[in-house]
Amino acid sequence: MGLLSAALPIIKENEYELISAWENEQKATIRPDLLRGAELRVQCKEFFRLFLTALTKSPGKDTDGAEWSEAKDFLSSISHTRGIQGFSPSETAQFVFSFKRPLTALIRQKGGSLVNMDELIDVGDLLDKLGLFTTETYQKAREEVISRQQQDMLELSTPVVELSKGIIALPMIGTLDSHRTQIVMETLLQRIVETEADIAIIDITGVPTVDTLVAQHLLKTVTAAKLMGAECIISGIRPQIAATIVHLGVDLGNVVTKATLASAFSLALKKTGFSLVKTVKKEN
Amino acid sequence: MERIPILKMGEFLLVTIQVDMHDRLVMSLQEDLMLKISKFETKGVLIDISALEIVDSFIGRMIANIADMSRILDAKTVVTGMQPAVAITLVELGLSLEGVITALNVDRGIRVLERITGSHEATQALEHDEQVDDHRS
Repeated sequence: MGLLSAALPIIKENEYELISAWENEQKATIRPDLLRGAELRVQCKEFFRLFLTALTKSPGKDTDGAEWSEAKDFLSSISHTRGIQGFSPSETAQFVFSFKRPLTALIRQKGGSLVNMDELIDVGDLLDKLGLFTTETYQKAREEVISRQQQDMLELSTPVVELSKGIIALPMIGTLDSHRTQIVMETLLQRIVETEADIAIIDITGVPTVDTLVAQHLLKTVTAAKLMGAECIISGIRPQIAATIVHLGVDLGNVVTKATLASAFSLALKKTGFSLVKTVKKEN
Repeated sequence: MERIPILKMGEFLLVTIQVDMHDRLVMSLQEDLMLKISKFETKGVLIDISALEIVDSFIGRMIANIADMSRILDAKTVVTGMQPAVAITLVELGLSLEGVITALNVDRGIRVLERITGSHEATQALEHDEQVDDHRS
């Protein structure tokens, strides 16, 4: 005999009142701009149905069994969508927790002497577990959003632009970690193939600090580009960074470095055989 | 036995590697190439590895060795068309192929060879111009 044997028939009989009470409970806290009333009712009814099915199959406060998987799947889909829509964690968890008050109230009112305190506590435990599960899924959904944004940022932060025929530039902005430098290296080499560039300028004006690791990555990128037949120029080295590089004892070898992107570009033009000429307007 | 063809193109030797290299293949390539260089008194060798997708440290070192040996036989070696993934792998393996001249594709590689071996009169003139420019700056 299950733990909730006395409460179960009461829940079944009073389905309609229970759902209405639950819905009203949520309406006080829910944000009308994110979720419409009709949608909420559908969600409530669906969860109630699944909740009841699971409870009939496995009457107890244990939610780990296979009987609960359907109800849990539904909950996770709700908290997943809510997480992406921008609900706060408590708003999401409220979906399950708000069910507690109407349910316990109903059981106490209708159950009378049939239901003892232990059962009420069990009902509470059961809903707490489901609520925690909701929050956990919500958290996962948020983490997905964060990792996707990180990915977007990585892709956005490594643009490789063609400055002139045979000259490409890679303006680097932000802190360089090993994961990012790997992507930078791959994009740069790929673009060298696509544009058939002779010279690649790596501009590090937007890089706040250069430590040994970053310097090493830069050197690796330069070497890899050289292996493919392109020459690399590192530009935008600020005085502080130059000082840091020397203090750290990093040997930049025979890598060509320039203070500004402009001077790197003019060197690149010269190497590819072009020159910038100022046009003089002749006056008749 | 499988061998990599070595083609004579004017004054240069052209080697295009179309298959995945294994150790014995690269050894025999090295042997054949050295024989051909001394036979034709070649001044320039172009090795195209654009179809090569996998390299290990041995192959990487052998490419460097071939370049070194050619230099002793007075032939310049240009390696062309290295894939990004291959370049990254070689760098991660710590093989930067110092002393090997590289170019993006065969077309560029031939031009580089012509320039450094000074076989082409037009490019010679260009080189001369560049040197003048260098002196000025």
